Amino acid sequence: MKTPITITVNGEARLIDVEPSDVLLDVLRTGLGVKSPKIGCERGDCGTCTIMLDGRTARSCLVLAIETDGHEVLTVEGVLQNGELTELQDLFIAMNSFQCGFCAPGIVLAAREFLAANPDPSRYDVQHALAGNLCRCTGYEPIIDAVLAAARGITEEVPA
Amino acid sequence: MAIAHEFAYHRAASLHEAVEVLTRAGPGAWVLAGGTDLVPWLRDDAVHPELVVDIKGVPGLSDITVEDRVLRLGPLVTFTELIESKLIEDHLPLLAEMAETVASHGVRNRASIVGNICSAVPSCDSGPALLVLEADIEMLSAEGTRSVPITGWFTGPRATVRRPEEVVTGITIPLPEGEHGGVYLKLQRYEGEDLSQAGVAILALEGNRYRVAFGAVGPVPSRAPSIEAHLEGIDLTAEAIAGAKALVGDEISPITDMRATKEYRARMCEVMLGRGLEAAVSRRDGTGPAYGTRLV
Repeated sequence: MKTPITITVNGEARLIDVEPSDVLLDVLRTGLGVKSPKIGCERGDCGTCTIMLDGRTARSCLVLAIETDGHEVLTVEGVLQNGELTELQDLFIAMNSFQCGFCAPGIVLAAREFLAANPDPSRYDVQHALAGNLCRCTGYEPIIDAVLAAARGITEEVPA
Repeated sequence: MAIAHEFAYHRAASLHEAVEVLTRAGPGAWVLAGGTDLVPWLRDDAVHPELVVDIKGVPGLSDITVEDRVLRLGPLVTFTELIESKLIEDHLPLLAEMAETVASHGVRNRASIVGNICSAVPSCDSGPALLVLEADIEMLSAEGTRSVPITGWFTGPRATVRRPEEVVTGITIPLPEGEHGGVYLKLQRYEGEDLSQAGVAILALEGNRYRVAFGAVGPVPSRAPSIEAHLEGIDLTAEAIAGAKALVGDEISPITDMRATKEYRARMCEVMLGRGLEAAVSRRDGTGPAYGTRLV
């Protein structure tokens, strides 16, 4: 039976009717047109569907939409600051961290959450924190480099 | 792929209400906590509930408390909360060491330790740790409350003594007396985000008493009484460790599957037991590697 729910998505209250069996990832993409969470493994392993749910990263493929009635979702669309990319996102671009970009929304959110709690991480810390976000293009090194650069606050003299 | 199976959803306002709803609905009703196991099982068509009862609307279920030397975990405490808890760090850092090995960060933010033991897959990381901590599982039903020791909790792969209409209300752990050191070693194909190929939890107590438990090498996580008896009261010499390793084969029954062969699992349990005993004892004595250090 369809039930009306309200989810705050990127700061905007969105009303939608859902079945109990509707998964949040599908409702975000198909029902609400929020396309940055990607459909990957659909079993919590790959991290491409990562969103922030009430301030913490979560796998939107492992959440029923109906569970999130009254809760807050942030996706990479809502990460922009005054319409500008964040420093972390700029570094990902400058350091060619992504190729196809399929994993990028999830990794941006995972790295953002990690850096907020760990301003001075080691390389190992970054590897450990991003272990659940798979990238099949780059071998991870430029992704980890960019996260470390963001932690160091380096905005200039990044490798061309 | 969408979930093909239709079910009703109820968000409970209290655990008593959850029990009422579950009792009325019968065995076709499932409790939903973090959902990190239930949602993929629904998608895989592996479980077919008529009703899902969500307990996340019940206040206070994420509490971690210590009272009268008993640590209590509410039924919604996540692995991330175990890692971040000062109480866990101060009293039972073994639990944080175990939690850090579970899945990945985004899963640990939702997955609960109570859900982990209710799902009861043989490789669950919580099982061995809770076994050496001699935890009790508290449950509520229409008949009242009951408490089951973790040693009697697991009854088979994905099976426990919990009845469908019962809700787990918490895990209690008596804090060990005196100096103690714990360790959880988890063998994985790669570090970060993998299920356990084999897991070993050890607690070294004062007076050279030891508790040892294995995971992923039998139908249920289990204590290793012969190893504990062998080590009882003796210093951890090379000879004592060799004797303990020789008993591993009696205590585990590993299988070969996609993650490891039974021979590899058995051999690595011996290696991990040896390293784990040394780490647990040195942690007890204040000289061991920091909790969270990878030992395998």
